[in-house]
Amino acid sequence: MDTQNKQKTGGLKANYLVQAWLVIFLAVGFGVALAGVQLALGPVIEQNKLNETLARVPELVLGSDLAQKMAGENQHLEIDARQVAVKKAGAEKYYGVYEATYKGDRKGWVIKTKGQGYADTIELLLGLSPDLGTITGLFVLDQKETPGLGAKITTDAWRGQFLHAPADQPLVVVKTGASKPGEIDAVTGATISSRSVTALINATIKDLRQPLADRPADTGKGGNANG
Amino acid sequence: MADQPTATERFIQGILPENPVYRQLLGMCPTLAVTNSLMGALTMAGAVGFVLLCANVITSLIRDLLKPHLRIVVFTLTIATFVTIADRFLAAYLYQMSKTLGPYIPLIIVNCIIICRCEVVASKQSPGVAAADAIGQSLGFGLSLASLAVVREILGTGALFGIRVLPAAWPDWVIMVLPPGAFFTFGLLLGCVNWFTARRDARKQA
Repeated sequence: MDTQNKQKTGGLKANYLVQAWLVIFLAVGFGVALAGVQLALGPVIEQNKLNETLARVPELVLGSDLAQKMAGENQHLEIDARQVAVKKAGAEKYYGVYEATYKGDRKGWVIKTKGQGYADTIELLLGLSPDLGTITGLFVLDQKETPGLGAKITTDAWRGQFLHAPADQPLVVVKTGASKPGEIDAVTGATISSRSVTALINATIKDLRQPLADRPADTGKGGNANG
Repeated sequence: MADQPTATERFIQGILPENPVYRQLLGMCPTLAVTNSLMGALTMAGAVGFVLLCANVITSLIRDLLKPHLRIVVFTLTIATFVTIADRFLAAYLYQMSKTLGPYIPLIIVNCIIICRCEVVASKQSPGVAAADAIGQSLGFGLSLASLAVVREILGTGALFGIRVLPAAWPDWVIMVLPPGAFFTFGLLLGCVNWFTARRDARKQA
């Protein structure tokens, strides 16, 4: 039996697994090393992402002038971070919700939301007034839209259109000359990117209106993540 | 092995005579993609240098165990591991830079400079020579990226490292920091390097 096998396959030396012992050995070794790196650096990376979001919250809730003034007086908002699950078409969608309070008063909400853009996923931070009636700020955390065209959604000028826009009705993208409140000018040459951002904002507000309105103005609960 | 270049020769060759970008025209993806700012170019060069050094030394240490038909698998495995380490490290300690460089850090895995050095040097010579070669090639790569980035960032934004160096009257040539600017700059600089080399060689012969 053994000799037959040898003749057929060329023996043990021709066995693929035996030949590949070095590859298998290295793969296991490198795998362990990478797991170690991930264990050590994973929490740091998560903290970086959280810090980036938290650093934006005052500006998105209060506007940049007031936020700078508060930072100058060394006063800080208390930020309560939590996950809100919304049941939608059978699946649950999770939103990161940051409630900003100052000395017990709710100052507003910041919601982290993401959705499909023209090129890749767009990740937004959306600031809303305490009564969810007005948009108080918009920040693009992550996007890979076309440089020079769709990437203009990150500019202050374009994002500024959303400031003080009413949140109780869906926003509408127009190609030229937004005239009414709730109308947003599309970026020239990047209508799809503009529509994606606006549709994402509309969907987020629609999904979260009820869950957030039902919430009593309690603070103190959960992990306070104030800086 | 007497005819193989020594460590010093390998080191010097990497910087200009066998410069990975201007001489071998390897690693074009990061060369064109991340040279719109000097800081990004230097970070990329540092990451490539780290991966190249580690991959070269490890490949050299196991060079007697390599089987000809499985060597590329081993190279790729080694490179991928160190690229992932570099990527995680940047995300942890240089978070903004890792967001700017985006997918180009993971793409170092397919950077042909590294696989080329593993094949040409590390799988044939001792770890010392392989390390010297890796450092030389990394310096050559870093200098090439920096030369492109200096031209593109200054002409495109009027600034270097984000600090304004050209007078405010300079109309920033935005195209220089967009993809076409990479091709213009690289073509012109490559032409200059070739022209100077040709002139030097002609002088030597005269």
